[in-house]
Amino acid sequence: MYKYDEYDHAMVDARVAEFSDQVRRRLAGEITEDQFKPLRLMNGLYLQLHAYMLRVAVPYGTLDSRQMRMLAHIARKYDRDYGHFTTRQNIQYNWIKLEDAPAILEDLASVEMHAIQTSGNCIRNISSDQWAGAAADEITDPRPWAELLRQWSSFHPEFSYLPRKFKIAVIAANEDRAAMRLHDIGIQIVEKDGQHGAAFYVGGGMGRTPMIAPLIKDFVPLDDMLSYAEACLRVYNRYGRRDNIYKARIKILIHELGADEYRRQVEEEFKHVKSLGIDPPKAEFDRIAAQFAPPPLDASAPDEIDRSDPDFAVWVDQNVAKHKVSGHAIVNISLKPVGGIPGDASSAQIDLMADLAEKYSHDELRVTHAQNIVLPHVRKADLYAVWQALDAAGLATPNLDLISDIIACPGLDYCSLANARSIPVAQKIAQRFADPARQRDLGELKLKISGCINACGHHHAGHIGILGVDRKGTENYQLSLGGSGAEDVSLGTITGPGFDEDGVVDAIERVTDKYLAERNEGERFVDTFRRVGMAPFKEAIYG
Amino acid sequence: MKLLTGNDLKTGFVTWWTGSDWSLHIEDAADVGEHGEAILAAEEGARRVNAPYIINGEQTADGPRPAHIKDRIRALGPTVRPDLTLKPADPAAGDWVI
Ligand code: HEM
Ligand code: SF4
Repeated sequence: MYKYDEYDHAMVDARVAEFSDQVRRRLAGEITEDQFKPLRLMNGLYLQLHAYMLRVAVPYGTLDSRQMRMLAHIARKYDRDYGHFTTRQNIQYNWIKLEDAPAILEDLASVEMHAIQTSGNCIRNISSDQWAGAAADEITDPRPWAELLRQWSSFHPEFSYLPRKFKIAVIAANEDRAAMRLHDIGIQIVEKDGQHGAAFYVGGGMGRTPMIAPLIKDFVPLDDMLSYAEACLRVYNRYGRRDNIYKARIKILIHELGADEYRRQVEEEFKHVKSLGIDPPKAEFDRIAAQFAPPPLDASAPDEIDRSDPDFAVWVDQNVAKHKVSGHAIVNISLKPVGGIPGDASSAQIDLMADLAEKYSHDELRVTHAQNIVLPHVRKADLYAVWQALDAAGLATPNLDLISDIIACPGLDYCSLANARSIPVAQKIAQRFADPARQRDLGELKLKISGCINACGHHHAGHIGILGVDRKGTENYQLSLGGSGAEDVSLGTITGPGFDEDGVVDAIERVTDKYLAERNEGERFVDTFRRVGMAPFKEAIYG
Repeated sequence: MKLLTGNDLKTGFVTWWTGSDWSLHIEDAADVGEHGEAILAAEEGARRVNAPYIINGEQTADGPRPAHIKDRIRALGPTVRPDLTLKPADPAAGDWVI
């Protein structure tokens, strides 16, 4: 894992001191809310429905047990004993007091964490594959490149006031576990003629105008990656629409210019940028990469799993994934118990996951964009002990990628921008499909819910997506089918008129029944949908 | 009726204008009638409340209630965590909202 050097420490400490003083001045009445708001947002502090909300960055979703314990400590000491893991691999606290914010940021800094650039029109936390460094199908660990991008984008003076927020994801496997093409820039490390390079997809995003990022360059030598990213941002910074917030994201610029013209401008800018020496010398990159060296895993560890406990066997089949080193496995901890709140974890659960990481996973944890937690490096021989501990804490729900593994934004229960509640809908769906055998029979089915058009819950990318809308002051839910945030990326299509809360749950059941009736051998829900189209589902829903 | 609400500056908690002060409890909220804007201007200066605004409300048998669901959720707390609402022991508290 990356360890802060003296520059990282100095930057974060200076920011904590600066923000502490800003909070003091706000509380003393020396600055108004209008003056203070942009300052607090730069430090991840929002004002939400019930209190201030603090969003803490988890760079590329990776953290160690010490950091995880600090997240539990903050929840316990300053919040109401829980935190909410988000689709951007961050954590949000919902009940923060302004007067506590400086102390929290100090606590975070003590474990090399912060809330900088988790809001505002800057480059946000870089996201990545939650299985990075462990996945059997990756060509390299993408995190050194994500870390390089983190360093380049932190306090980048030119990109602190972009036309709009900017999100970057980096992956290095063909299976896309990070919704890479729904980011402003999605980078995939690829191999060509024995060399690694970066494929740049630019101009994806969700929100009110969802778009899949087009390929802008298929192979950027890794020595040029930062310069190429800089060129992409510069063209955006110059021509992005600052006059209209709804048209300010890079996706709109690229849509209006066309991918070819945008590419031409980036290439031209790149020629100039490359002369500036932005890309680090090899020694510096090697210094960063060395910190992501794989943990010492014993490839001769036993490869068999004792599956005699049937509940354990179900969990292994559903939540445990293949590791690149024999005798090891990737454990996916579901934060989606039936009837629970997707992505929420109590301080005690966060502490327990930290303990398990320390004992069984070389001190490493990951946060996933599906709002789950990963222990990336577990010996197969330890799986049973890990499962027992998780099960005792309500963390062993065997539903990874099944219909109850729902992504849901906070919605109207917490969010001031919401039109409708998301969480109760997620709970009702999970309860309707609570039978584990029924869920497994339905197979991979990614259901995603957002409480408004901002699409924090990725509803456009759901195999089944739900969007909360306000219909004359009451909550209403629009259903869409056929989206995907994975390597088969696609945007969902709206089925028709919306539903109330119970109505949308019924409609989903009609959709899944139709799927079971129509599916061919081996087809996932989304495959069947793509083959037969919307019409049969529409008829099943509306008659 | 018109209600005045905002978030407490220090804690961020939801507050309601009682006619002379701020309260965490919607029961204490006063109808500000035509005077909302003036109170709001004075109170913003007093630095106790953050981002105050005027909403429509209605008088019910249980006291004043905001008209819109968003402010009813603010008045109660998250509907999915009854243990964290202002009425954790009241099984009917959820009826406030919907
Ligand atoms: C509760 C406070 C939150 C606020 C005020 C908020 C605000 C917003 C806004 C305004 C947008 C649209 C930006 C645009 O289209 O230009 C957005 C998008 C997004 N937010 Fe949030 N959000 C919140 C919570 C969350 C949470 C909890 C998550 C994760 C579960 C999240 C993840 C995202 C993602 C993934 C997008 C889509 C990015 C895109 O448009 O490409 N946000 N958010
Ligand atoms: S999608 Fe809308 S309701 Fe949900 S968290 Fe984002 S801004 Fe809030």
